Amino acid sequence: MTVTIFEKSVEGRRAFVAPELDVPRDDDALPERFRRAEAPRLPEISEPEIVRHYTQLSTKNFHVDQGFYPLGSCTMKHNPKLHERVAALPGHARLHPLQAPARAQGALQLMWELQVALAEIAGLPHVSLQPSAGSQGELAGVLLTRAFHEAQGKHRHKVLTPDTAHGTNPATVTMGGYEVVKVGTADDGGVDLEDLRAKVDDDVASLMLTNPNTLGVFDRNIEEIATIMHDVGATLYYDGANLNAVMGRARPGDMGFDIVHYNLHKTFTQPHGGGGPGAGPIAVSDRIEPFLPRPQVVRREDGSYGLDFDRPQSIGRLRGFQGNFGVFVRSYAYILSLGADGLAEASDTAVLNANYLMARLRELCGEHLPVAFDRTCMHEFVLTGGPMKKALGIRTLDLAKRLLDHDFHPPTVYFPLLVDEALLIEPTETETRETLDAFAEGVAEILREAAEDPSIARGAPYDTPVRRLDEAGAAKRPVVRQAL
Amino acid sequence: MSRYTSATDADRKAMLESIGAGSVDDLFADIPEAVRLDRPIDLPPGKPEQEVYAYLRDLAARNVSAEDEICFLGAGMYDHYVPSLVDALLSRSEFLTPYTPYQPEVSQGTLQVMFEYQTAISELTALPVSNATLYEGPSAVASAGWMARLQNRRGRFLVSRALHPHAREALTTTAPPYGTSVEEIPLSGAVTDADALREAIDDDVSAVFLQQPNFLGAVEDLELLAPIARETGALLVVSVDPMTLGVLRPPGDFEVDIAVGEGQSLGNRLDYGGPSFGFFAAREEYMRRMPGRIAGETVDADGKRGFVLTLQTREQHIRREKATHNITTAQTLNALAGVIYLSWLGRRGIVELGELLLHRTAYARRALAGCDGVELLHDQPVVREFAVRLGAPVDRVIERCAEQGVNPGYPLGADYDEFGDGLLVALTEQRSRADIDRLAEVLGAAVAAEREAVTA
Repeated sequence: MTVTIFEKSVEGRRAFVAPELDVPRDDDALPERFRRAEAPRLPEISEPEIVRHYTQLSTKNFHVDQGFYPLGSCTMKHNPKLHERVAALPGHARLHPLQAPARAQGALQLMWELQVALAEIAGLPHVSLQPSAGSQGELAGVLLTRAFHEAQGKHRHKVLTPDTAHGTNPATVTMGGYEVVKVGTADDGGVDLEDLRAKVDDDVASLMLTNPNTLGVFDRNIEEIATIMHDVGATLYYDGANLNAVMGRARPGDMGFDIVHYNLHKTFTQPHGGGGPGAGPIAVSDRIEPFLPRPQVVRREDGSYGLDFDRPQSIGRLRGFQGNFGVFVRSYAYILSLGADGLAEASDTAVLNANYLMARLRELCGEHLPVAFDRTCMHEFVLTGGPMKKALGIRTLDLAKRLLDHDFHPPTVYFPLLVDEALLIEPTETETRETLDAFAEGVAEILREAAEDPSIARGAPYDTPVRRLDEAGAAKRPVVRQAL
Repeated sequence: MSRYTSATDADRKAMLESIGAGSVDDLFADIPEAVRLDRPIDLPPGKPEQEVYAYLRDLAARNVSAEDEICFLGAGMYDHYVPSLVDALLSRSEFLTPYTPYQPEVSQGTLQVMFEYQTAISELTALPVSNATLYEGPSAVASAGWMARLQNRRGRFLVSRALHPHAREALTTTAPPYGTSVEEIPLSGAVTDADALREAIDDDVSAVFLQQPNFLGAVEDLELLAPIARETGALLVVSVDPMTLGVLRPPGDFEVDIAVGEGQSLGNRLDYGGPSFGFFAAREEYMRRMPGRIAGETVDADGKRGFVLTLQTREQHIRREKATHNITTAQTLNALAGVIYLSWLGRRGIVELGELLLHRTAYARRALAGCDGVELLHDQPVVREFAVRLGAPVDRVIERCAEQGVNPGYPLGADYDEFGDGLLVALTEQRSRADIDRLAEVLGAAVAAEREAVTA
């Protein structure tokens, strides 16, 4: 039975033992009118019961350490265990963010070295680690673009995003005070150049692009796209969600991008934590550098490290303190472990794995689940479930739910939006050939089963802690907290 | 070297054969020649695990953490004890390594955690709806600003000067681009000037931002300020310190529209500033405008109780440019630490801990005020943090204390010109009476020594 921690509460039970009151009571310390009348109804429960409650809850999750998790665009690669150990060192974990820089030299050096490494990987010289996740990195990028134009006395109003873009891109554009203009996709999956040319003018501030894009293909026209944007004085923004495809092979900076955000929880393997924490550092070209968020981590002439607040053209802070340092420790451990060759090998293997899985699925399931853009893919690829729906009577959602019974996490489904019944599949480099084979065979088996009896997939899953949930009902009459 | 991949040469060969490619290089043929990297990345080669550990351990050892000194730093993040059950449960792969619960059937653990977390935050703040976290405190304040913008499209934010400087800056970074100005309401002594607020408020004010207790540690009179702030229909946003909510009247008592805050104190490490979580709770009417993930209760096909992400039509992956926020990944693991910690403290613990902080803070305040050359910066009620003025250069006093193994607090002059001689001192349950006595001794001596140095 599903019971919340609040429902397990029994008056009088407790886990916490307060330290002794070793100073005199001061009953005048807080006047009565400021005092809370009734204690918040937090659970009353003992330590063993808390541990058991959350341990039991944990067993209801599917996770990367358990099995294959090809969630497209999320880069669900292995999370090395070393990273947790180094992040937990007290010198990192108990370091106060306002410690004087002279007594936080190790942390600042780590951040500075991470900046240098990230700059080299993206081919852009200046890095700010501050943004908390990809979406905050994107917002930083849009605000940097605005600051850049305004410094030249220009007030532009539009930002272009391809129709294949992650939803965060248009949402960010709105928050940055710009109007979103969508650009179409060509038959080969790249940006439709004609449409781009038709929409570009000197009121366009920026183009936000992912390359490889969300269809998993590398846009071959990237140089021309960059020229088109730069000719009208606009910036080119790189959504780094797909950086895992190209490390050591190509760099956004060399492609002409001005601003990049990294998702450290994707490419650089910060554990996803059930939906965070992550970190979304940005890298920029020289012309954008003056506007970077503050403070910046710098190395001074004497070799010491510091925080530079004296940045008059900075867009300012997006958040408190110096960013998600605990994430930086893990991602830097990853970069140190892999090194230049290992990072390149990671991308190479990610692309190899994706193309292999695409080939296996084409071979076993190509009739019902064709590849949406049938060309060499990068680290992920898109299948369309349209023919499956027509021929077998099951939808992509049904296939996804049935995969749960086969102990696979399904791919990203119904994204990108322009592909009918889409499945976006990203295997990552840390999976074996055997796992990829097993997944392809699992999908094939579900299709065979559906050909005989589609109702099985339609009713799936069966072996999970709960079965399909009533999401419509949840949204219609939202219950978002325990009634106490 | 990539020790996290498995492909052998034989695998590679067989896989390339299946693909129909001659080499791995061929798979990258779509990248135009001109933008290919024609050299290796300029980074050192990979290192074995034990060398990486040793290198990072040595860097960590170059920091002076709260493990190494008696630390009275606060100003937004606090050195509370993190109980061991938090570490044990957070290190479980089942919580650590999944992503956002897009497939609820295999994410009931995370989803129920979110639901319990939301319940705990609702209880603490006395507001009916909590989301499942934002990134951290100051950006949660900025997100409240964006929600106010969506709600009323008005043109001005009024911000107490005693709101955390990082939160004020997050607003000035993000609000002017969407057309909302940010104006500061000055202080009267150490609290927000009610008359100045009354004077500034008009029907173009979108939201008013206060902090409780404020950045100087002072308890604001929300009973006085809230009605003024809400007089013309502006949203009242209050940033609260969750550790004080066992003893302080909660935001919900004052018809606050949105309560936000930094969640680090609740079971999360200092981590040099992150990751932690920002909480965001609001009145019922804003449920469909709120930013961030929200978990909701429902039933499955067999009628069994379960949880899902709900009200997703607010979110970027559905609504794109019309979404209520761009946030995707939030801070779920940190929220888990938060709800475990709050369960560990429990209903009585949060009050007991609040009381302990109250009395130790009062004791520390008296002890420091008793030092020559130290006086209180204000005499407003405080809960866990207070400000003093030093009769000697603050930075030099801090240096002297550090040499004695005591970090006396945060120099207010970094953010407030008018308090160039100010020091903000924070307490947690980890600072005992003996620690406080030691602080008074060391700080008193440091101030005396600095004064002597000046007269000499």
